[in-house]
Amino acid sequence: MSEPIRFHFDVDGENFSSAGEASVQVKRMLRQIGISPDVIRRVSVAMYEGEINMVIHANGGDADVIVEPNKITIILKDVGPGIADIDLAMQEGYSTAPENVRSLGFGAGMGLPNMKRYTDDMKIESEVGVGTTVTMTVLF
Amino acid sequence: MTVNELIKKLDLEVLNLEDGERSIEGGYTGDLLSWVMGKAESGDMWVTIMTNVNVIAVASLTDCACVVIAENAEIGDDVISKARTQGINLLRTPLSAYKVCNEQILL
Repeated sequence: MSEPIRFHFDVDGENFSSAGEASVQVKRMLRQIGISPDVIRRVSVAMYEGEINMVIHANGGDADVIVEPNKITIILKDVGPGIADIDLAMQEGYSTAPENVRSLGFGAGMGLPNMKRYTDDMKIESEVGVGTTVTMTVLF
Repeated sequence: MTVNELIKKLDLEVLNLEDGERSIEGGYTGDLLSWVMGKAESGDMWVTIMTNVNVIAVASLTDCACVVIAENAEIGDDVISKARTQGINLLRTPLSAYKVCNEQILL
């Protein structure tokens, strides 16, 4: 595996019930190319949380996954409302998710902390009114 | 213990059975999906009253051995068919989450 393998997904912001599809597909594809179960779990959980965030807050966006011999990079890009206070958003339990989303079992304020916990590096670039790009790296 | 053994001992309703011989290594209970996502481990029996379609994605991504829907919570056909396509062992019981865990530990 010398050339990086790239996957691209359009995350549909309208359809809450299909949220997570991209992560489940990534999981399947990583399994096919022989990535270890622990790495697959970390990548797919981090990506799922990011995907859900894009559906809840940003009406969807783009998800790219780049697989290299010793690392996987996940880039989630949206043109949503942006995050005003990233430090606050990173606190466990802090959430701005609306009530209808909470009733589905989301909005526990664990999304971003889970993403950080499950990856080796996470970078958030966000501008209010412009959008957010989250770049996560899992090393192995 | 295998999923088949759990079904038999607790008399669980089978909504979808993909791999009855899958071994149950531990358990987790919770309804907040991100919480479950962060804490449940591969091979766990996950007990919940949450029944929307995202439950199947969480079960798949955390690689749970099975999902047990407690208190006979109502579940849509779309969720059951999703469990089928994703290959998730999906079970249901009138027991509370507390009782399911208690019984499972005693087995």
